[in-house]
Amino acid sequence: MPDQHSHPTTLTVNGERHDLVLDPRVSVLDALRDRLGVTSVKKGCDHGQCGACTVIADGRRIVSCLALAVSYDGAEVTTAAGLGSVGALGALQEAFVDRDALQCGYCTPGQVCSAEAMLAEAEAGMPSHVTADVAALDPVRLSPEEVRERMSGNLCRCGAYPNIVDAILDVAGERGLA
Amino acid sequence: MTATRDAQGRSSESPVLPLHAAPDPQRSAGPREPSVGTDRRRVDAPLKVTGTAPYAYEHPTTNPCHVWPVLSTIARGTIIGVDASRAAAVPGVIRVLTHADAPRLRVKADAGLWILQGPEVHHRGQIIGGVIADTPEAAREAAELLVFTYDEAPSKVELDPDGPDVTTAKVVLMRPGSETKGDPEQGWGEGVHRVDATYEHTAQYHAQMEPHAVIATWHEVSPLDVRATRLTLQDSNQGPLPHRLLLAPLLGLLPHQLDVSSPYVGGAFGGKAFPHPHLVLASLAAKIVSPRPVKLALTRQQMFSVVGHRAASSQHVRLAADAEGRLTMVEHVSTQAASRVKNSVDHSCMSTRMMYATPNRHTEHRVLELDVPPSTWMRAPGDFTGMFALETALDELAHTAGIDPVDLRVRNEPDVDPENGKPWSTRALVACLQRGAERFGWDERQAPGQRRDGEWQIGLGMASAVFPNMHMVTFAAKILFTGGRYVVQLQASDIGTGAHTVLAQIAADALGVDPDLVVTDIGRTGTPMAMVAGGSSGTYEWGNSVVAACEAFRRKHGLHPAEGASATGRSGPPKGSNKYSRNAFGAHFAEVAVSSVTDEVRVRRLLGVYAAGTIINPRTARSQVMGGMIMALSGALLEESYRDPRFGHIANGDLASYHVAAHADVPPIDVEFLPEHDPWFGAKGSKGIGEIGMVGTPAALGNAVFNATGKRLRSLPFTPSALAEA
Repeated sequence: MPDQHSHPTTLTVNGERHDLVLDPRVSVLDALRDRLGVTSVKKGCDHGQCGACTVIADGRRIVSCLALAVSYDGAEVTTAAGLGSVGALGALQEAFVDRDALQCGYCTPGQVCSAEAMLAEAEAGMPSHVTADVAALDPVRLSPEEVRERMSGNLCRCGAYPNIVDAILDVAGERGLA
Repeated sequence: MTATRDAQGRSSESPVLPLHAAPDPQRSAGPREPSVGTDRRRVDAPLKVTGTAPYAYEHPTTNPCHVWPVLSTIARGTIIGVDASRAAAVPGVIRVLTHADAPRLRVKADAGLWILQGPEVHHRGQIIGGVIADTPEAAREAAELLVFTYDEAPSKVELDPDGPDVTTAKVVLMRPGSETKGDPEQGWGEGVHRVDATYEHTAQYHAQMEPHAVIATWHEVSPLDVRATRLTLQDSNQGPLPHRLLLAPLLGLLPHQLDVSSPYVGGAFGGKAFPHPHLVLASLAAKIVSPRPVKLALTRQQMFSVVGHRAASSQHVRLAADAEGRLTMVEHVSTQAASRVKNSVDHSCMSTRMMYATPNRHTEHRVLELDVPPSTWMRAPGDFTGMFALETALDELAHTAGIDPVDLRVRNEPDVDPENGKPWSTRALVACLQRGAERFGWDERQAPGQRRDGEWQIGLGMASAVFPNMHMVTFAAKILFTGGRYVVQLQASDIGTGAHTVLAQIAADALGVDPDLVVTDIGRTGTPMAMVAGGSSGTYEWGNSVVAACEAFRRKHGLHPAEGASATGRSGPPKGSNKYSRNAFGAHFAEVAVSSVTDEVRVRRLLGVYAAGTIINPRTARSQVMGGMIMALSGALLEESYRDPRFGHIANGDLASYHVAAHADVPPIDVEFLPEHDPWFGAKGSKGIGEIGMVGTPAALGNAVFNATGKRLRSLPFTPSALAEA
């Protein structure tokens, strides 16, 4: 890598700070997977078309393949491994296991991250394409239709969709959002 | 746990196993309820929801380099020049590989894997080069700077089912490709009601969420040590058997010199059953940079030409029936596109031979070889395609004859298998149809075009489903007792099916222990050879040998085995099973809404009722058939590929324009398994459930569209433009 093309970048991933020197072409996704060995985020298409690489960056869900790492200098990044561990699953992760909301498991970390941020969006009153009153600022009541719409950026080729929606609605119910 | 290797290159790799609770000796002894048939949580789910199950690209490696494939840009011709100067000058590039200087392959075990050996281009998207570099960015940049010049030859890339070059396949699925019973023309003449129609689909793509990836390591060992491992592939596949059969001889290796591991697989659907040419590129690159590991991950776009697809096809069906709807003749001629490189034919007419009774029948598999990439197995190969045609044609016949579609199928129920005269091991198709009709509210169905809900036209449709027994070869399994747990070892694979979970249940019952005391060690070589995860056969095929191994273990070691005790067992289908026709059956029911404004089809309800033998784990089984129904829904409504007639590539080869179903496309799915035990598949009474959800579902949806609109769609997918033009 030529020096003039290298940029110092800091990413805090699942609470751990990493100081990196990166080629400006490196995406957040590739920085995580190829440079830091953080593989709890997946690459499915590299073009923002499938959602497998969804992470939460500074509280918002992003497709990390379309985010250049150098422009996320200083960001707090959370992957599925940051939402819980095998011995101490997060609430959504527990619900995914309960509902068998996965098969091959490759889209699952992205589904979980996306769902976590989506619940926060609903709580903040952000409307979706199927929200009846887009002007209301109250937390959105999540129907199955709302969840399906809001999760449609995360593809699952095994077809676990109905179970994923059930899992998310379980947690939405616990949080007073369904 | 990671791979280690001794000085001779022999692997002592510990597999990455799903998380299990610590063994509790209290649970190991005494009488217990069977685990088979009960609901059990997916054992690998905690690893997968935290993203910590390692897939192919994700295994820890030291100082890897990266190889980036370069694909041909013409459909047919010869490479006459290569300019690698700019590519080689990119900082970080280690080596540019082309046919001119790539290491030689040895045995042409698979023509599709024969890359970089000569200047010939057989299709667009063929691997014709590669760049090895220290980083993926450098490899990719250099790959884009590698210039090939070609002498182009005329090519043919589009399926023309009536063209002069179409040939009849002699053998399909180890049976005659063409067969005739009775006098089909006489049967056609006797028909009071007739259907003569052609059903088509474009090439379909597996679109697994995990792009094919591999880490290849070529070990520096003495060629005189024939026992040493020469090549390790950390791969994503459906089982290592085809790799050892095809890839090893290609690379000049003995089968055991190739180590393959694939503990977790991010979707396969048939598209990771056989080795694809990217593995050859990675292996050749690894040989050059040995002992450095080489990482390769295909891009989503490259997957559309490198790793196979379901070939485009055209299905011509003629049905004739008497006044009561009894079939007097069935004819099904499938014409399928194939690659000139490697001709693989889906068995699209096989279910037509056995589904319904008729005195006169003709079925025939035809092929047209084209300058396109090789196709491969894609979930329910043949049955998906053929049953879309047959079950749509039956709906057309029912409409023409004024007979209820469920009733029409019941009237044509055969006593024995119409193809070979064998009795059924079990056949509960009629029960599935009747139970489905009741559960779905089939009696609400009205005449075509009668039901409306605002802008939406509402329709109901149904179709039968079937999936055959796919037993081929009996292999072994091994039970090892270590650390207080029983380890099930064989070269099986969990591609999302739940094999880790259900094989442990099967073994637990055979050993008489709690399933949490059983661990599965699958997805790698170094364990007994087994069939790949394919043909919906894993649970009964692997299960048979697992039961035999457990029984051998108890015979040999009793109830209190010593640490390290092990036993191997082997068992196939029960003796005499060949005397029966063995299939799983089912019925699909669909409700669709078709917009009278946009012509968009939305699925409102989908039901699958199955008689598929013993259900080992209702939870994972439901997920699996539901997944099949959803993939079929996706194929029926969304998945359309556009082949560029000039260059032969798929013009919409990514997930933005090759549409697969998303959350919002999928309604609640209803599944019911009828109680059934089939003694002729194997030890546990189970049948295959991995693919049957795909079979007939597109016909059920299309038949529902007809019921909603009165428009008959005969080509997949049922897009708004197809409806607008119908």
